[in-house]
Amino acid sequence: MAGVIARRARKQRVFRWAVLAVLGVFFLLPLVAMVEFSTRDANTWSLLVDWPRLSETYPDLSDGIVASLLQAALTAVLMLVLLVPTAVWVRLRLPRLRRLVEFLCLLPLTIPAIVLVVGLAPVYAWVNYFLGGSSVTLVFAYTILVLPYAYRAIDAGLSAIDVKTLAEAARSMGSGWATVMGKVVLPNIRSAVLSAAFLTVALVLGEYTIASLLNRTNLQVAIAFLGKSSATMSVAVSLTALLLAFVLLLLLSLFGERRKSRKESTS
Amino acid sequence: MTGVAVHLKGLRRTFGSVHALDNLDLSIAPGEFIALLGPSGCGKTTALRVLAGLEDADSGEVLVGGKDVTALPANKRDMGMVFQAYSLFPHLSALDNVKFGLKLRGRKAPANRAGDMLDLVGLTGFENRFPHQMSGGQQQRVALARALAIEPSVLLLDEPLSALDAKVRVQLRDEIRRIQTEIGTTTLFVTHDQEEALAVADRVGVMRAGRLEQLATPAEIYQAPASAFVAEFVGLSNRLPGTVAGEHIEVLGHRLPLIAPSASAEATALVRPESVTVEPHDEGEGRVVTTSFLGPISKVTVAVGEVLVVAQIASDRLATLPAGAPVRVTLAPSPVALA
Repeated sequence: MAGVIARRARKQRVFRWAVLAVLGVFFLLPLVAMVEFSTRDANTWSLLVDWPRLSETYPDLSDGIVASLLQAALTAVLMLVLLVPTAVWVRLRLPRLRRLVEFLCLLPLTIPAIVLVVGLAPVYAWVNYFLGGSSVTLVFAYTILVLPYAYRAIDAGLSAIDVKTLAEAARSMGSGWATVMGKVVLPNIRSAVLSAAFLTVALVLGEYTIASLLNRTNLQVAIAFLGKSSATMSVAVSLTALLLAFVLLLLLSLFGERRKSRKESTS
Repeated sequence: MTGVAVHLKGLRRTFGSVHALDNLDLSIAPGEFIALLGPSGCGKTTALRVLAGLEDADSGEVLVGGKDVTALPANKRDMGMVFQAYSLFPHLSALDNVKFGLKLRGRKAPANRAGDMLDLVGLTGFENRFPHQMSGGQQQRVALARALAIEPSVLLLDEPLSALDAKVRVQLRDEIRRIQTEIGTTTLFVTHDQEEALAVADRVGVMRAGRLEQLATPAEIYQAPASAFVAEFVGLSNRLPGTVAGEHIEVLGHRLPLIAPSASAEATALVRPESVTVEPHDEGEGRVVTTSFLGPISKVTVAVGEVLVVAQIASDRLATLPAGAPVRVTLAPSPVALA
C-alpha cells in the first residue's frame, strides 16, 4: 500500500515538473529570442538608455514613449477621479444600481477594440474639432477601455471594508463628504486604488489598435512603425515595455499579498 | 457637561409598504438616558437614525435643545454615535480615532483630550493599538470614547453591545451607564435586549410597528405593562387561561387583579415566573416536568392538568423538586395583563 502511494506521489511530482518545464519554455523562449535578437547590434541597448541620443536618432519612438507615459498617467488619474467617487456613492446611496454600474463597467471587455474604434471614430471627429488631434486625447477612450479592470479592483477594495458604517461614523463626528472620501475611504482602499492604477498603466502601455486606427501615436504604434526600419531597436523597446508591465504586475501582486496578510491578522 | 432636551414629533418614515415610523412622538429630558426596546423591524433604529440625521423622515420634526434640526445634515447635528458594527477607522490607531472628531472641530491639544477619553473608558495604554489589534469589546470602548470626545449634545447608541459576548456585554453595559451618569449627556440607546434596556435606562420606550407602545421607568414597564405586547416582550410570561370576574381574573384557583379591565369572560392571563411559588406537597395538583439550573436562580416547569406553568425559584431549593414530584402551585396576587 505504502509503495503504491509513494509511486503515485513520484508520478505526480514528475508531472508537475514536466508541466512547469513546458510552460517555462513556452513563455521564456520568445523572451530569450528577443534578448538574443536585440543584442545582435551592439549599439541597440546603449542607445535605448541614452535618451538624448535616442530622441535624436528615433524621434518617432521617443515621441511614442512620452505620449504613452502621459496617456498612462492621465488615464489613471481620470479613471480614479471618475470611478472611486462613483463606486463609493453607489455603495452608500444607490446599492440597487450596483449591478447596473458593474454591467456598464464590464461592457468594454465584451466589445472588440476594432468595434470600439468604429464607434469612437465619429466621437473623435468632435474631439479633434474641439481639442485638436493630440495623442493625449486618447485618454478618454482609454478610460473606457480600462473600466472593467479598474472597477473590479476598486470594488474588491470597497468590499473589504464597511464603507457605509465608516462613512456614517465620520459624518456623525462632523465630516463633510470630501473629508469622508479623503480621510476615511481612500486611506482604507489605498491598495485597491494602487491596483487599479497599475492595471491602467500596464494596459495603456500595451495598447495599439485604438491609437493606430484613430491615427494617434503611442509606444506600440511607434514600435510597429520602427519595426520596418530598425528591427533590433523595435524588439528591444518591446522587451523593455514587457518588463515594465511585468514589474507593475509584480508590484500589484505584492500589494495584494500585503493586504491579504493584514486582513488575516485581524481575524 | 449638561444635556439638552430632545423632542421627536410626529415622525413618519416608510420603506415601500412598511411603516418603520408611524407618527412617533418621543421626548427626552436633558441628561436623561432613554432606551428604545423592541423586536427587529419595529422602527427603533430608524428613529435613532432620523435623530442622527443619517435617515430622512417623510414628515415630522426633530428638535434638539429647542432648535429644529430636521433639515440639518448629519455632520451639522453635533451628535456622538456608537454603531452596532465595528466602526473604528481601520487605518488609524485608537488615539487617532478618538482625535478624529476633535481635529475636525479644531480643538486645542486633541491628543490630551483623546488620552483622557481613553482613560475614561478604561483603555489607558491602548493608544497606539490599531482596531485589528483589539478585541470587539475594546473596539466598542474606543468607539464610545470617540463619540464622547467631541462633547456631543446627544449620545446615540445603536445596539453597541450586540456583537459582543455575554460577559463583556454586561461589563460594558454597566460602564456605559457609569460614564453617562458621570458626564450627563442626553442619551438614546437602541436595543432588542430587554435585560440591557431595563438595566441601564432611566426610562424605557417599548416600540412596536413604528409606534411607542409604552414609555416608562424600567420598574413600571416590568410591573405594570401597558399592553399584552409589552408584558410578553419584557420578561418571560406564563400564558394561563382564566375567567374574568370584574377587575379580577380567576387563574388556577387564584384571584389576580387585572391591570386593565376586560370585556370577555374567558381570557389568558400573563403571569411572571417570579409570581409563581412551587412547594413540594404530596397532595399537590401539579407535577414537576423539568428543571433548569441558571446560577443563583433556577426555572421549574410544572404541569397542572393540561397547563404548563414556569416558576422561578432559588437554586438551593432545586434538590427538593425532582422531575415527577407532586407540588402545590401558588400565584402571588400582583396585577396581570391579558394576552
